[in-house]
Amino acid sequence: MTSLRRRLFILLLAATGALWLCAVIWIYAGSRSELEHVLDTRLQEAARMVHSLVASGNVSAAVSSAPFQEAGYERQLSCQIWSFDGRLLARSSGGPEGNLAQENEGFADRDISGETWRVYTIIDAQKGVRVAVGDRIGLRNRLVRDLVLGLVAPALIIIPLLGALIWFGLGQGLFPLNRVAGEIARRHGDDMRPIDDAIAPSEVRPLLRALNDLFGKVEAARRHERDITAFAAHELRTPLAGLKTQAQVALAANDDQIRISALRQIVVSVDRATRLTRQLLALAKLDAMPFPGQLEAIDVGLVLQDAINDCKRPPGLKLNVDPKLKGLFVQGDRECLYLVLRNLHENAVEHSATEGKISWSSLPDGAGMMIEDEGSGIPEDEIPLVTQRFYRGRGTTSSGTGLGLSIASVAANRLGMQLVLTNRKGRTGLSCIITKAI
Amino acid sequence: MRILVIEDDPILSDGLRVGLGLAGWTVDGVARFADARAALATAKFDAVVLDLMLPDGSGLDLLAQMRGTGDATPVILLTALDEIADRIRGLDAGADDYVGKPFDLDELGARIRAAVRRKDGRAEPVLRASGIILDPAGLSAVVEERDVPLSRREFAVLSALMERPGIIRSRMELEDRLYGWQEEIESNAVEVHIHNLRTKIGRTRIETVRGLGYRLRIGAP
Repeated sequence: MTSLRRRLFILLLAATGALWLCAVIWIYAGSRSELEHVLDTRLQEAARMVHSLVASGNVSAAVSSAPFQEAGYERQLSCQIWSFDGRLLARSSGGPEGNLAQENEGFADRDISGETWRVYTIIDAQKGVRVAVGDRIGLRNRLVRDLVLGLVAPALIIIPLLGALIWFGLGQGLFPLNRVAGEIARRHGDDMRPIDDAIAPSEVRPLLRALNDLFGKVEAARRHERDITAFAAHELRTPLAGLKTQAQVALAANDDQIRISALRQIVVSVDRATRLTRQLLALAKLDAMPFPGQLEAIDVGLVLQDAINDCKRPPGLKLNVDPKLKGLFVQGDRECLYLVLRNLHENAVEHSATEGKISWSSLPDGAGMMIEDEGSGIPEDEIPLVTQRFYRGRGTTSSGTGLGLSIASVAANRLGMQLVLTNRKGRTGLSCIITKAI
Repeated sequence: MRILVIEDDPILSDGLRVGLGLAGWTVDGVARFADARAALATAKFDAVVLDLMLPDGSGLDLLAQMRGTGDATPVILLTALDEIADRIRGLDAGADDYVGKPFDLDELGARIRAAVRRKDGRAEPVLRASGIILDPAGLSAVVEERDVPLSRREFAVLSALMERPGIIRSRMELEDRLYGWQEEIESNAVEVHIHNLRTKIGRTRIETVRGLGYRLRIGAP
């Protein structure tokens, strides 16, 4: 990327230069026409003056005027007096050899021995003479050129000076920007603190605000990523640590009771690891499943029966299944529906006290189904988070893997459905509605 | 020695309680941040085994609170995150050591012993006082070059006395070291253990200070 300073510098300098050039051209053209006008008037006046002298009869005086040094703009005017019969009656010294005069009265440009002359001719029919006064066009041009050069010369000195001033001024003007840039450049890669926009000029503030927003988003995404990794590591490694510890206890214990207890814990631990593995595999399968997958009409009641049969539940826990669920059909993949129902059911069992009640019901008009438990529910602020993989909230049970609701949610999405989790009104417990995604 | 295990996974927590118990410690277990704070506020522990990820808070926060209130109890962190950055964060937060899950129970025991030793300002792994050498790693004592087998409780009482030779340990203090919360304290248990210890290591080494408690006599008989 080009430097802003260089860009602005070139632009400003070009604009100034162009402006100057326009001024010069304008002044050149303006002063040229003005000059021409003035000089023409002078020619005319001079011609009249000479003519009035001729008219008063004093012609010879004009012929005998002495030659004098030509210098600068002097000797501009030349005068000739011709008789009608073509004799040169008089001419000013230094005047051209050729005939300046012309047939008609008035202004004309004439070429005489290689030079262009501007001539004003007066014809006096009474006296029978032509009075012609002329000056060299070349001289006029020199006058204009000198005028313009007088304008350009200071410009040649001023423009570099102006350039230096612009360069320095831009540096000063861009300093706050450079400071902000320096501040950002000095940051560490993982420093996502917002930049203080008080130090920046108001033009840069929107940029900084946008940057700060971006920093915020990146930081949030990174924290989320880190949390997921941390939660996953915790969920995967803790059961292994438990297994290993219990195995070492069993090896080290001399007491049979301790050994048997440790072995029992190992069995429980393996069951939990099995469940975790099953859930991880389910998740992997869901992630790899083509979308929209198999489409068939599935009877919710039948799949729910399978899901309930596959989950162990304490004998005191009551279960109420709405008979209308049998005959409720959902379009999609049977496996997905099973994963939704099983994980929701498992979750409800896990969070229920041993004496609670779980009820499955169908929504009116076959819009979906609902499961309600009498557990402790989910803190309101955690509801949007609990479907994240491995999320561990405050209400996490020790046997939970943090994957159940996540799997149910992903599988529901595969069916074109969504989970709506709410805490039950008027009593503790969670209610989950599975319905068509909007 | 009494240890507090703060771990929410019931199987791991149970394993640690039993496993570290077998290694001679009296272990109390809590699963939640709030319980851990209450436990630390009410009892004195020789070391804390702390899981970083608790359901109701972060282990690092608990650690920061402990260190903030001047509690210098050695803390060994248990965590599933064992990247170097995490280790550094844990140690810089005031932890004495760091063990990644899954870990070896014996190694954890050794690390706890080392942390306790450092806190006591000892470099030597064994305790030496009035002619007794006590080895916490082997749960054994050597008295005048004679191996003396000790029960877990006897070992706990003797090590409490040997950590501060000549300083009186009250009966309550010794009971605290012997029993966790879940265990029922047998009446006269301390007296019984002291009596048994005296028969094993010599009658005169442990002095009874009437009304106050017991102390290890400085300088062998």
